[in-house]
Amino acid sequence: MSIQEIQDEIIEEFAMFEDWMQRYEYMIDLGKSLPLIAAEFKTDDNIIKGCQSKVWVHAELKDNELEFTADSDAIITKGIIAILIRVFSNQHPKDILASDTSFIDQIGLKEHLSPTRANGLVSMIKQIKMYAIAFQTQLS
Amino acid sequence: MFDLNNIRKDFPILERTVNGQPLVYFDNAATSQTPNQVIDVIADYYRNYNSNIHRGVHTLSQEATDAYEGARKTVQNHFNAAHPHEIIMTSGTTHSINIIASGYTQILREGDELIISAMEHHSNIVPWQMLCERTGAVLKVIPMSQTGVLEMDVYKTLLSEKTKLVFVNHVSNALGTVNPIDEIIKEAHAIGAKVLIDGAQAAPHIKADVQALDVDFYVTSAHKLCGPTGVGMLYGKESLLNMLPPYQGGGEMIAEVRFEKTTYADLPHKFEAGTPNIAGGIAFGAALDYMNGIGFDTIAAYEQELLDYATEQLKAIDGVRIYGEAPQKTAVVSFNVNEIHPYDIGSILDKLGIAVRTGHHCAQPIMDFYKIPGTVRASFSFYNTKEEIDMMIKALKRAIQMLE
Repeated sequence: MSIQEIQDEIIEEFAMFEDWMQRYEYMIDLGKSLPLIAAEFKTDDNIIKGCQSKVWVHAELKDNELEFTADSDAIITKGIIAILIRVFSNQHPKDILASDTSFIDQIGLKEHLSPTRANGLVSMIKQIKMYAIAFQTQLS
Repeated sequence: MFDLNNIRKDFPILERTVNGQPLVYFDNAATSQTPNQVIDVIADYYRNYNSNIHRGVHTLSQEATDAYEGARKTVQNHFNAAHPHEIIMTSGTTHSINIIASGYTQILREGDELIISAMEHHSNIVPWQMLCERTGAVLKVIPMSQTGVLEMDVYKTLLSEKTKLVFVNHVSNALGTVNPIDEIIKEAHAIGAKVLIDGAQAAPHIKADVQALDVDFYVTSAHKLCGPTGVGMLYGKESLLNMLPPYQGGGEMIAEVRFEKTTYADLPHKFEAGTPNIAGGIAFGAALDYMNGIGFDTIAAYEQELLDYATEQLKAIDGVRIYGEAPQKTAVVSFNVNEIHPYDIGSILDKLGIAVRTGHHCAQPIMDFYKIPGTVRASFSFYNTKEEIDMMIKALKRAIQMLE
């Protein structure tokens, strides 16, 4: 699926929730469910320090597609990471570079991507794009 | 008389809603809200006598200068400084601290020692670290106990003839601890060191008397005590302020400017380069008048009630751990619930209209001390109510239910 298709799918899923409580409960479940990164990559080199929560990001190139794994010490942050990984992982670097994250506004989670939150997510998206630039250069 | 309903009417922001819920504002230690009496003074300045101060011969400039210098006198009286020119108007506590840190660059020698405490805000750590880098002076730290109290015995052992300056906050922003600054100042003076007290957190709760304390420098920000942001003050003893070099060069701070040599203005102007925040300075005075109108003793007694009530309610919740349990505290409760990340609790409380602070509160060394990523901090002001604390407790229980 393309990045756009996945984003549309997520918007559709979130449209079913009646209020913020349901949205947050869903994100908390996402945050609790899977280990999003292998322990060996949860290193200081991969850490993004927000004032509020910490985020770890790791990227690998597999068959010309970028695979992201990530984690956070805060559950809501981790829930949003799960959504971002679903969108950006296993995509071609050039598609990642051409995409944006405005779908986050549409699913009512805009405030978590605000720089004032300082939760590491803004830097994480920047980091994802940086990886895409780096691997794009490697591919071309 | 303390009439809570009337007081709340002075603060228009308390009527707004957040995320469809009535606002419960418990982030007062970060910044306090502004009463109409202060908002009106700012509006009145821009509507009626906005003009530059200290140099115009025209009427507006005279009116603005009188109001600004009147505010300086209000600040002087509030902190009981001996002279109005011992009050330097600054952009805030951070600016005030940097004036002193910069000023001591030429005075300190390699191997001199500076003492700070384990519970300082970053703004009372970093400027001194930078000063140490410039001068080769060494920074020593007064440790604290698990309950958040400074270990005064260790402090006494840190003091020596090498100690030149001591910096401690009057009240800790993250823990609410009221530090024994009287004793800290006396001990430092006994060996000839000078003391700067960071009063940013104390100012809205405790009226400091700089002469009774015999403190060398006392600094604070207006926005912590119902005034506007971008204004603060540096109190310094006249002889010390005269000894220190200017911080910034520019207009207002000069006596005579020649290309060969410029001479500096007398206090307080020597440290007030450029056009200041005039409306803000005047409003700082209005904020102090407003709070003194209610009375600091009345405020402290009521806030103590709020603190006791909130502490009791929080402790009744399973898994709550409070950080900072000093016997003397201002109305601040820092806490965590089990292993739940403070960011998660803060995000859900916000959705329920409750404004608290989460994170390390610009005091990372304290978080490292407790080995935690941060805390949730609820800080109360005299316009808050017990009903609002009930709303926070209810919201917190809901957050815990969602997160656990």
